[in-house]
Amino acid sequence: MTAVDLRVAQRPNAPVTTYRYDEYDAAFVRERVAEFREQVLRRLSGALTEEEFRPFRLMNGLYLQLHAYMLRVAIPYGTLTARQMRRLADIADRWDKGYGHFTTRQNLQYNWPKLVDTPDILEALADVEMHAIQTSGNCIRNVTADHFAGVAPDEIEDPRPTAEFLRQWSSLHPEFSFLPRKFKIAVTGAEHDRAAIMVHDVGLRILRNERGEIGYQVVVGGGLGRSPFVGKVVGDFVPREDLLAFLEAIMRVYNRFGRRDNKYKARIKILIHEKGIDEIRAAVEAEFAAMDRSVFSHDPAEFERIASFFAPPPYETLPETSSALRTAKLETPAFANFVDVNVSAHKIPGYAIVTVSLKPIGGIPGDATSEQMRVLADASERFGFGEMRVSHEQNIILPHVKQDDLFALWRLLEPAGLATANAGLVSDIISCPGLDYCSLATARSIPIAQAISKRFADMSRQRRIGKLGIKISGCINACGHHHVGAIGILGLEKKGQESYQITLGGDPTFSASIGEILGPGVTADQVPDVIEHLVDFYLAEREEGEAFIDTWRRIGHVRFKDVLRREGEDGADI
Amino acid sequence: MALISEGRFVEDAWRRLADEEALPKTGRVIVSLPRLEHALEVLGTESALGVIVPNTTEPSSLIQALPRLQLILISFPAFSDGRGFSLARLLRRAGFKGELRASGRLVADQYSHAIGCGFDTIEIPEDLAERQDEGQWCAALDAYSMSYQRGYTGRGSILEARRRAARS
Repeated sequence: MTAVDLRVAQRPNAPVTTYRYDEYDAAFVRERVAEFREQVLRRLSGALTEEEFRPFRLMNGLYLQLHAYMLRVAIPYGTLTARQMRRLADIADRWDKGYGHFTTRQNLQYNWPKLVDTPDILEALADVEMHAIQTSGNCIRNVTADHFAGVAPDEIEDPRPTAEFLRQWSSLHPEFSFLPRKFKIAVTGAEHDRAAIMVHDVGLRILRNERGEIGYQVVVGGGLGRSPFVGKVVGDFVPREDLLAFLEAIMRVYNRFGRRDNKYKARIKILIHEKGIDEIRAAVEAEFAAMDRSVFSHDPAEFERIASFFAPPPYETLPETSSALRTAKLETPAFANFVDVNVSAHKIPGYAIVTVSLKPIGGIPGDATSEQMRVLADASERFGFGEMRVSHEQNIILPHVKQDDLFALWRLLEPAGLATANAGLVSDIISCPGLDYCSLATARSIPIAQAISKRFADMSRQRRIGKLGIKISGCINACGHHHVGAIGILGLEKKGQESYQITLGGDPTFSASIGEILGPGVTADQVPDVIEHLVDFYLAEREEGEAFIDTWRRIGHVRFKDVLRREGEDGADI
Repeated sequence: MALISEGRFVEDAWRRLADEEALPKTGRVIVSLPRLEHALEVLGTESALGVIVPNTTEPSSLIQALPRLQLILISFPAFSDGRGFSLARLLRRAGFKGELRASGRLVADQYSHAIGCGFDTIEIPEDLAERQDEGQWCAALDAYSMSYQRGYTGRGSILEARRRAARS
């Protein structure tokens, strides 16, 4: 432990807000690191060929990228403590170039680690109960959850105990570590879906039935990539005691029958598309019926043990609204804008949920420097019980801030470049790393995000436009989730030139839909113009309080296509 | 081929029979799946019979034969093809008590997965055995003290251990 760690660990008012490892968890992660250390040595000695080493390094989060290795660290269900965030900062300084990149799946990526250093990095993570296990590879990936878990007013149950339960169950699974392809699970326990469960291999939605019992709606076969699909319901209400058995049945059907002849057709969504959901449901139900479910029988004591870690922090009893906040907003307009845009309602009176945008105007979406990470850690300790969340929109959430403290928090964030008041607005762009980092990419995505962000640099204009999700991917693998962006941008390569295909009408929530292609691709230079015209057209057409996607759904895709066509006639080569 | 059992390279007591070879009256022979039915008819219960099956085999197609089989060898066309793990598990669930063997280019790092799913032995090509010696297979068995899953063979279950600790 460093001196800072020691100080934090001894802090008397630091409540437990996330899962803490017991001796078994700690031993498991240490053993995983030791095993990987040996695997690296065996790779270097030639005992393992690169082909043999590959799945094992991937299942420990290590990718070979365009320029270097990339290490993807799991932030299970997006929850981070101040101590953990500081460790991420330390790792960025010691083994990387002083920054990290938060991804769309609640992971953090380091872009420049050396292979021989990775066991030490994993060891440093294990010290603070973190790991990079199964953030990559053809296995069950890091389980994600609603980033407002535990604090959202619309919540039925905190999804994180379920996600932690699944993290453990899926870790180094003997049977399901060599699947046809990767397998992603997301959990939400709220009425609004902030975890994009409809576009995961398995999406779990916590429900309460008429008798007050908790169960799960199980959605299967959603996904983005080159063949986007919205998931289909395979179980309407799976009782908690059957959840593991039901998932095991899905995994076994997928492991046995998922295609392995073509990696682009190997996800479970393709199996379901080709066989039909009815056939797959029947296969899952038959497998479920044949299993010895006593093995999986729900252990309420174990679930309660896990859930107890996610107990609410010791909130104060406060009035519903804060007069200090009201005053500060009146006196400081920039702060007022921040509150109006980046602060969400909290289930406890007098508290607020703060979204810290990692999308400064013209910046790289999702990147944070080690200094910013430390500021966030400090901010969470001073104002939020030492807890943070990572959202799939690549922002950081401070989930429990007193409204009275919002102004002081803002003053701490502002000089660190962490007070951009654009959460959910047009410049809060989701983007993959693209051709600047990624060996799969066919086009750049970060510079496109930066150009759009600069085009809409006028914050008052952004607020007038309102919530609007732009998502950018640099290739058809769709890491930037462009299919579910209200405006999606896909970078392709055509005859040696970057070409950007625009889609409209994507929606990642329960009302999920895949965006429709607007027309022929445009050049990188044209993208900001096209986006601006689409946004202007929306502003002209929208009805009171109508979001972009609602206007698009109401007036239809063709009207938006006309905008692009007119744009072409004006001289642009589109 | 090299055969690994309990972390050691061991002699193979079984002989894999080519389809054109006559069935011997005694001894331990492994036949191909298409030949299984015939072998079951011809051979008496005094000879030990094994079968090699592809990893796509439907377990129900082997149910009748299970009590007569002393070895089932599941082939792994690629080490990264995990279908054999599910098939092993299903054969154990169907009540198969004999030796379950994985055959292919499996690496030592998969040993505990194989044991967990019900395999007893693994056979790998000689060139792989040269690179991945006995020490590596033996070490792989001890890489983890416990596992999170319940109902898989081999290591103790963390869930069970927690349950015991909570009771005491």
